[in-house]
Amino acid sequence: MESLEQIKNRAELAARGAKIDIVANPGPSQQSSLLIDNDHAVAVAEFLRDHPALKFDFCSNVTGVDWLDRVVKKTTKVKQIVDGVEKEVDQTTEEKIPDYLEAVYHLYSIAHKHGPLIIRMRTANRTDGARLPSLTPVWRSAELQEREIFDLYGVHFEGHPDLRRILMWDEFVDHPMRKDYVQPDDFEWEPTPHDEVLERAKQHYTPRPQLDGAEQITSQSDVATPNK
Amino acid sequence: MSATIETVEAMERPPVTMTSRLDGELLEVSMGPQHPSTHGVFRMNVALEGEIVRKLKPVFGYLHRNHEQIGEHTTYLGSMPYTDRLDYFCSMTNNWAYALSVEKLAGIEVPERAEYLRVILAELTRLQNHASLLGFLLSDMGAWGTPLMYAFREREKILDLFESLSGSRMMCDYMRFGGCRVDASDEWLAVAKKIVDRFPKFLDEFEELILQNEIVIARTQNVGKLSPELAISAGITGPMLRACGVNYDVRKVDGYGIYPRFKFRIPLGDHGDTYDRLMMRALEMHESVEILKQALAQIPPGPIVNPKVKIRAFRPPIGEAYGRIEGPKGELGFYLISDGGSNPYRYRVRPPSFINLTVLEDLCLGHTVADVMVILGSVDIVMGEVDR
Repeated sequence: MESLEQIKNRAELAARGAKIDIVANPGPSQQSSLLIDNDHAVAVAEFLRDHPALKFDFCSNVTGVDWLDRVVKKTTKVKQIVDGVEKEVDQTTEEKIPDYLEAVYHLYSIAHKHGPLIIRMRTANRTDGARLPSLTPVWRSAELQEREIFDLYGVHFEGHPDLRRILMWDEFVDHPMRKDYVQPDDFEWEPTPHDEVLERAKQHYTPRPQLDGAEQITSQSDVATPNK
Repeated sequence: MSATIETVEAMERPPVTMTSRLDGELLEVSMGPQHPSTHGVFRMNVALEGEIVRKLKPVFGYLHRNHEQIGEHTTYLGSMPYTDRLDYFCSMTNNWAYALSVEKLAGIEVPERAEYLRVILAELTRLQNHASLLGFLLSDMGAWGTPLMYAFREREKILDLFESLSGSRMMCDYMRFGGCRVDASDEWLAVAKKIVDRFPKFLDEFEELILQNEIVIARTQNVGKLSPELAISAGITGPMLRACGVNYDVRKVDGYGIYPRFKFRIPLGDHGDTYDRLMMRALEMHESVEILKQALAQIPPGPIVNPKVKIRAFRPPIGEAYGRIEGPKGELGFYLISDGGSNPYRYRVRPPSFINLTVLEDLCLGHTVADVMVILGSVDIVMGEVDR
């Protein structure tokens, strides 16, 4: 496999205007990744899949990561003149990183049997800007896994064919894999049909969504109806 | 008296036609979740035209307990017994995938004897998983009980081996970071060798009884065909991918552990139908037996765990790692991010049987309800892993 710099340069040439950064991995696994800007993600993904020398046709793993506001301390050695003698002194700089959600894709090539190439995309924030382009049109294997990220992290994937909750039930409100998720007071609580309890139930559960996608699968227009 | 009852019944019943087709209307059926042929609590919303499936949506989550969040609130070692509960048929390979990822994350070497033990146990796991899968699949086709019991008889011998080594039949919790938990005695290895040597006899008998059976062929050939292009794009792995003729086995591609030392072949299918998926399991068992024979003959003495690995206050350096192995159901991977603490910052399981269900609708369209059960059985799912 080519080095990350080579892949980055090629992808930036192929997808005009794409901005790709290399995210270094300080650990011993030597799996650094490419950070792709959201506007050109689909073009870059198609390039990675179709380029004859790369051919990352197999998207193995898709997952989300939640990063809260954090402060990263960096220590750099700076030469300073202390008491007339030049010495190396540690200088710490603090960098504030605002919160975001991340989607990580692990790509392999079945044609060339190389990999993994790790690409990631970041949302603008964790509230209204938690949106990313869907890569399901490029790799079908992202279909269920992006649904899982939508369900557990609350990232809205634009262009996903069927974005519904997958593991949690449709009425569920929060996103349980977020780092600031608070568990409910009582998991086992169920309403019983008495007036007082029903009132509590209304407060406890939000009303059922109008389109409960899992239940109404034939209401969509693409169902084959041959006898009509 | 009896005559009047018959007429009332005849009036109430809808007229029965040859195909029992509701004119152009689709009948929605919720198959599952409490049904033996769905292999656990799994539900499919199926739109039927007569007997033919026109649309199918799988519904997940009945067994969801947010395994990944629990993993992020536990120490690295604390998650090891919990990985047994993912795919409870193959706890040994789950352990190995997790241990491999943590070893990548922290840069840990594994001693040679431990690598041999891991290969032996992983291949034994593959044998018992594939054998019981064939049994379950035949059960789904209507061969009720008998083939499953033959398969379970062999599986039980292997589970006895696991129990005598790790103390538990299915929840083995055997691997550790940088090695294994307990050493295998010479007697254990001798018993394992005996079981492995006798296994081909069961395989031949089973194949002769079943794989040439007329009903099996009628029920599986040309049912649920999967094209290699779709399989690659949809991230299908394991025997299901190789049944389409795609030569991709993580044991060969990554060469993790000590797999490059062994001679074995990768069986490939031609048509990608249910029969090929079934045959793939049978052929892979033969290759697993070959690997086991070599590993049991070569296994050297020595330590089984890397003494440099800390058990208490185990904190991998900051970074991330994705490790994967060829599990019996497909590519099983763990993605870990460490922030330098004692818990993983992110703990992700790449569940093969969950991702293999991506194409379930494509496989089932145009087939009958009875075929859906057979196709689902040939995907080989375990809900503990699908729902996590």
